[in-house]
Amino acid sequence: MSTLAVRSAALWRVPLLRHVVLGLVGLTVMLFVLGSLSPFRDAQLATMAYLAIAAGGLTVLTGFSGQLSLGHGAFLAVGAYTTAVLLEDGDPPFPLVGVMVAAVVVTVAVGAVVGIAAARLHGPYVAGATLALAVAVPSLARYLDGLGQEQGLHVRVPDVPTWFDDTVWMITGADVDPTSYVAYLGWTALVVTYVLLANLMRSRVGRTWRALSNDDVAAEIAGVRLGRARVLAFVVSTAAAGLAGSLMAMAVRVTSPSGFSVDLSVTLLSAIVLGGLGTLSGALIGSALLTFLPQAVTSWGTSAGLSDVRAAELAPVAYGLIMIAVVLLAPAGIVGSLRRVWWRRRGIA
Amino acid sequence: MRRYRRLGAVLLVAALATSACGRDPDKRDSDKKAGDTTGVTDTSIKVGGTFPLTGVAAPGYSEIPKGIKAYFDYVNAQGGVHGRKIQWTVKDDGYNPTQTSAVTNELVLKDKVFAMLGSLGTPTHEAVVDFLNDNKVPDIFVSSGSVAWGDDPDKYPWTFGWQTDYESEGKVIGQYIADNMPDAKIGLFLQDDDFGASGEAGLRKYVDKQIVEVQKYTPGGTDVTPQVAALKASGADLVVGFNVPSYTALTQLVSLKVGYKPQWFYSNVGSDPTLVGALLANFSKGAVSNGASLLDGVMSTAYLPGVDQPDNPWVTLYQKVWDANGEGGPLTNYLVYGMSEAYTFVQALQAAGQDLTREGLVDALASDGGDFKGPTYGPFRYSDDSHLGTSGFQVVKLAGGATQPLTDVLTTDIGDADIEKYDGEPATPPSNGIPK
Amino acid sequence: MQQFMTTLLGGLTLGAVYASFALALCLIWRSTRVVNFAQAPMAMVTTYVGLEVIEATGSYWLGFAVALAAGFVLGALVERLLVRHVEGAGDLNIVILTLGLFVALHGLAALVFGSDYRSFPAPFGLKGLHVGGHNVAITPFGVFTIVAVGIVLVLLVLLFRSTDVGLRMRAAAFSPEVARLLGVRVGAMLTLGWALAAVVGSLAGLLIAGGNLVFPQYMDSVVVYGFVAAVLGGLDSPVGSVVGGLILGLVLSFVSGYVAGDLVPVTALIVLVGVLLVRPGGLFSHVAERRV
Repeated sequence: MSTLAVRSAALWRVPLLRHVVLGLVGLTVMLFVLGSLSPFRDAQLATMAYLAIAAGGLTVLTGFSGQLSLGHGAFLAVGAYTTAVLLEDGDPPFPLVGVMVAAVVVTVAVGAVVGIAAARLHGPYVAGATLALAVAVPSLARYLDGLGQEQGLHVRVPDVPTWFDDTVWMITGADVDPTSYVAYLGWTALVVTYVLLANLMRSRVGRTWRALSNDDVAAEIAGVRLGRARVLAFVVSTAAAGLAGSLMAMAVRVTSPSGFSVDLSVTLLSAIVLGGLGTLSGALIGSALLTFLPQAVTSWGTSAGLSDVRAAELAPVAYGLIMIAVVLLAPAGIVGSLRRVWWRRRGIA
Repeated sequence: MRRYRRLGAVLLVAALATSACGRDPDKRDSDKKAGDTTGVTDTSIKVGGTFPLTGVAAPGYSEIPKGIKAYFDYVNAQGGVHGRKIQWTVKDDGYNPTQTSAVTNELVLKDKVFAMLGSLGTPTHEAVVDFLNDNKVPDIFVSSGSVAWGDDPDKYPWTFGWQTDYESEGKVIGQYIADNMPDAKIGLFLQDDDFGASGEAGLRKYVDKQIVEVQKYTPGGTDVTPQVAALKASGADLVVGFNVPSYTALTQLVSLKVGYKPQWFYSNVGSDPTLVGALLANFSKGAVSNGASLLDGVMSTAYLPGVDQPDNPWVTLYQKVWDANGEGGPLTNYLVYGMSEAYTFVQALQAAGQDLTREGLVDALASDGGDFKGPTYGPFRYSDDSHLGTSGFQVVKLAGGATQPLTDVLTTDIGDADIEKYDGEPATPPSNGIPK
Repeated sequence: MQQFMTTLLGGLTLGAVYASFALALCLIWRSTRVVNFAQAPMAMVTTYVGLEVIEATGSYWLGFAVALAAGFVLGALVERLLVRHVEGAGDLNIVILTLGLFVALHGLAALVFGSDYRSFPAPFGLKGLHVGGHNVAITPFGVFTIVAVGIVLVLLVLLFRSTDVGLRMRAAAFSPEVARLLGVRVGAMLTLGWALAAVVGSLAGLLIAGGNLVFPQYMDSVVVYGFVAAVLGGLDSPVGSVVGGLILGLVLSFVSGYVAGDLVPVTALIVLVGVLLVRPGGLFSHVAERRV
């Protein structure tokens, strides 16, 4: 082996560098993929991006630090409403990145308060409080005049900046329409979020979280300050949710209470369990599954000769059964099960 | 290492080559042809719509697309429109705007439908109205009485309403009360969204000073006993409800419980006497001996014949269509609604002519739509200045499970437009059931 | 004054309904340490079964009995066929399993029973009672609801306090290994816990449905408020469940009637968080708070 190879292999072992390199590769692949797909697929990928960002955040909270949140949709709502208010007249006071940052800041503020309250609780009590939160936030939006009540707020995504359109066109030869623009934004945000989360999970803080999800009593004896670690997990997790909500507002183009039902929180939770609890790749795969599965099931149903209405009624049944089947047959989630197979192979070889 | 350098060189050359070709500045405008024929062939037209087929809003509403389908099947069986069969695709949005956005993308970008028809709901359709108009997709007959679907054709040139709007209905009810029950103390029972809010706005133009109490409910929410108790406590002797049919049944049940007997005046949406009567009739073990009789004397408005009038020629036609092409089960007012929307859509296709384009369909509706004769009691308001739907109402009273007219057909418009008597003759369907 | 009384009585009836649902959650928590999010759709399915029987035979009480029996069988089946196979796979997996069941049962009910509104009869009158010429805003069925919840509460307390089976169930849930060593048939106890909880859940479903409209989602609001009520009272305590349910029913009823219906969920959140901040284990937590 040449010295260069040795040195790069050593560098590869540095998590930060590895994550950044993976992130850059991801960004490049994304640029070409999004440029070559139809606007419909781009729209689906935009959905997957915001689900994956939120699921990544939830992985930190639930999969990593062991606090079960049934109300993550509420935090997406906060991010989405912040974005919608800023983008309502299509002329935000600051650039789009600033809007997304604002959404994150507001959501983190809310998340910190909830986190401080939740840090005193454990198990089903956190679940109960967050479930109440998931119902309370949309109904508050319904009550407050400035938030558009039941109809919600229109979200006008600003025009694609010329420099962005030109750059993408130079590289991929494809024009950027508004739908694809949100997909580019979403995936850039996704890559950045995952690089940050991956580093955090490998850091001292991450080890602390893992310790308290395994055995909080032991962790405290070992000197971990439980409350602080729990609140921090909430803050990081809600930051991701705020960003996801901001992107969701742009992808959906309207922000209204009925978009943030308990279903959304359940969807996010099932994404991280189906993909594989406690890993970012699991969150990513779970989000992909939940983005593409419903449409696949209904098209499969109609092509099997069912009427549109019947096929639509069948979709939730299939979705529920798949959730049950994964939990029964692959309790470690898709990523976990694949890993297990991989290890077994290597063990034999 | 070397391999990678070569790959880099290839990429660089490729980038230079593509950029050397230069950009066609008009590329984005190159779609502008004489007309957009997406979704249309010589033998078919693809039409799509989004409805709540699952979830809380599915009861009732999920029947509308079945009605549309049955009528299209009926038309297709007789050769279609200008030789084209209508292919109707329904997508489920579960009354969730996020889903509406996703399935509308699917219909427009993947299935490439020619037009959207009948998509249901105000918050749900808010999510896609900009997208449909930006992409110049005809957005025909939104199934909701919000004034947003047609009051500003300059903003949304591709969007058309169909049913009466809630504000006009509120005005008609308000004027009737002001003329006939000037001493009534009015309580309002409103669904907490634009349906209730628009109705209230219309009412207040005539009976603002008579209103003594306003109570709201959230659909799918909990018990409405507190709201009915508050109405009773206010001394209201006339309650106007802008609510859905299930809440008509619930308010009647709760009123029995708290011993409240005002005059009830439900908006058209909530008054379906057949549906509500059947729901109430089943509580026979309780004090409700005859469900329909509980509704006797309740007032409402009508803009379309319903299944309580089996002899109406339109209802007869729909019964025939449903028997031949439906999925079984009795004819309901939701099916009648869907078939009526489909009928008006076929009228629009006929008016757009043999060379069907998206622009042609929308132009035909704006120019000829005001003269369409169909099942609705009053005319449509379609013109270059308004894309709002029909506006003819009749104030009715329920008796023995059927509606009895109390007034002539009245027409009005949003804002300060007067309420006028409509002179037109009621239309009858053509003999083959398909508009010319 | 009359509005106050009506709202109060309405709140009590509503609270009794939340309480019955919370009791079912409490029972399953006590006997298996699981929060069953599929409780509501399971009850919905058995209520539909009951409705079919009532419509076929015309007898409310036969339908009532069949629905409870169906609940027992369904609860046992769910534990035997599904829950048992994910034990030890982590709490979250069981939560997801019950959520999956939630989604699937909703979908199945819509396919089998249709998604339209149907009216569910009540065995007693639905007119408000009259006392001394005044209308009291409570129906005979409302009285039945409150009495039924009271009876279930007493039975449950007796079961856990005074019977051998109840003790075994608690032991099996609390420490399966030790219980097994002591000769408790842990598996059977867990199945019994699920089955009994599903019976109580079915009762909750019947009480909500009586004199009301049913459709596949008719219990959705109870899922949230019933769970909040159970947590409020302390998941471990049947008395707590009932008190939690009544408090929640009353507070929500008054907010709905005197303030605004849209503020009901926010109020539920404030009440819950307020209580939990003072008593993190709920109002009636016996177990001393863990000092960590």
